[in-house]
Amino acid sequence: MSARATQDPYAPHGAGWVIESAAAWLLAILWLLPLIYAVWTAFHPAEFSARFILLAPLTLDNFVQAWNAAPFARYFLNTFLLVTLILSCQLVLCTLAAYAFARFEFAGRELAFALVLLQLMIMPDVLIVENYRTMSRLGILDSIPAIALPYVASAFGIFLLRQTFKTLPRELDEAARIEGAGPLQVLLRVYVPLAKPVYIAYGLVSVSYHWNNFLWPLIVTNSVEARPLTVGLQVFSSSDQGIDWSVICAATLMTSAPLLAAFLLFQRQFVQSFVRAGIR
Amino acid sequence: MRRGQEAVYGWLLLLPAMALLALFTHWPAVATLIDSMWSTPRARRRSVFIGLDNYRQMLDDPIFWRALVNNLWFALGTIPISIALALLMAIWVNDRIAGRAAVRAAYFTPTVLPMIAVANIWLFFYTPQYGLLEQVLSLFGARAHNWLGTPETALACVTVVAIWKEAGFFMIFYLAALQQISPSLAEASALEGASRWTFFRRVQFPLLMPTTLFVLVNAVINAFRMIDHIIVMTRGGPDNATALLLFHIYETGFKFWDSGYAAALTVVLLVLLATVALGQYLFLERRIHYR
Repeated sequence: MSARATQDPYAPHGAGWVIESAAAWLLAILWLLPLIYAVWTAFHPAEFSARFILLAPLTLDNFVQAWNAAPFARYFLNTFLLVTLILSCQLVLCTLAAYAFARFEFAGRELAFALVLLQLMIMPDVLIVENYRTMSRLGILDSIPAIALPYVASAFGIFLLRQTFKTLPRELDEAARIEGAGPLQVLLRVYVPLAKPVYIAYGLVSVSYHWNNFLWPLIVTNSVEARPLTVGLQVFSSSDQGIDWSVICAATLMTSAPLLAAFLLFQRQFVQSFVRAGIR
Repeated sequence: MRRGQEAVYGWLLLLPAMALLALFTHWPAVATLIDSMWSTPRARRRSVFIGLDNYRQMLDDPIFWRALVNNLWFALGTIPISIALALLMAIWVNDRIAGRAAVRAAYFTPTVLPMIAVANIWLFFYTPQYGLLEQVLSLFGARAHNWLGTPETALACVTVVAIWKEAGFFMIFYLAALQQISPSLAEASALEGASRWTFFRRVQFPLLMPTTLFVLVNAVINAFRMIDHIIVMTRGGPDNATALLLFHIYETGFKFWDSGYAAALTVVLLVLLATVALGQYLFLERRIHYR
């Protein structure tokens, strides 16, 4: 720890260090408070959901009740299918498009690229009214592909991969071509393997985005068979049957648990991925 | 490869992505504009051309104006505060404070949680009498207050949730940028006798400008896009105090099924987003040098 601390003359020390650490921790606790609160409520009987007694009995009842009260197993499956479908299609389409933008010269390329970038501003989240119409015309309302389709051609993914492909030396693909590889083989053998860290970064960002996405799935789905977890949770917690807060908290933790666990386990990769994906 | 062949390959590679973009981004954007000038088709009446009637209706729609004003306040609340907090968090986590990895994880955690799930938790947090906020405040002898049920405080409450969700996400970009700044700059300015504040204001902050721009654009877009927590916590109430523009579009389009008017409202949102894009391009790109 001392190597850089001695180098940085502005690193806080003494009382300044104590104050800064304390302030940072205070904010961190404040930031975690809603989550701590939910964990407390979910693991205690309902009568303790607003009473904080250290020795209150622990229970898993709330989770059992939540699990039995709504088809959460199906919702988990739906979300899993949705996220897999979106990510696999995104990887294929974005890779092809990014390759074209990075390594091919053709008329209209700049215009096409500008049209792609437009989606960074006008996201599918905003075009809900028209996209709903399109899905209804296609006759695929209330299905998992209907949730996925608007997000499959991701401007963000195309942009990210294009930037990455552009930084790879051209000599590599010339060498592969001399050996007789066609453009697609060059892409698969040279570009894709070298961009692996970027693929992982994009994958993490995409999965967490679509695991958490809510508005569009809420609009296009209305059956248990198509609903992802987020919509299922909302349907469950807003029903009028007067469900206990502790059960809602348990359901809430249940739906967030996979991502949260993944984040805690692979913290470094998560943070680095989001940075890599954000900085161009 | 010959030129013609290269063009064919290029367009073939682009085709799948461009086709889907055209179908789900470009066409809907244009169709929104067209549909905003047609009436909503009903069971017995077909859609007819009505010109600017939907926009006239908008001028007289108090909820639209309320949503627009709310959205501006929401943006004014979330954007500067979440960016400032993100910068502060990044500086703290960048310094060698005790347990920085744990602190960084705590700040970032809201980013990976679904908004819809955490909104449920916050809903309980704000609950009258039983909620944590009320319990803490009652310790200090504050009078009971229905935070989400009172028009004066509801918008501030949902703004706080948005700041909480976003700040940690923006932090990591600042953190990455801070770590890029060469340590020799700090040594040099320390030799010159600059205070830490001067070093921040004159050296660190200007060098962070590209990051600030990136974060700013994201924050602006999010301010017009984040409505998941509104749907869970307030449904736009009480008395439309927390209705945001996209929420109004959602209600018009999918609760009242008035797709023509919803299209007109979407046009307003698209114009706002286009203005942001244009502003970014014309004003900010020129003043900031990218690495």
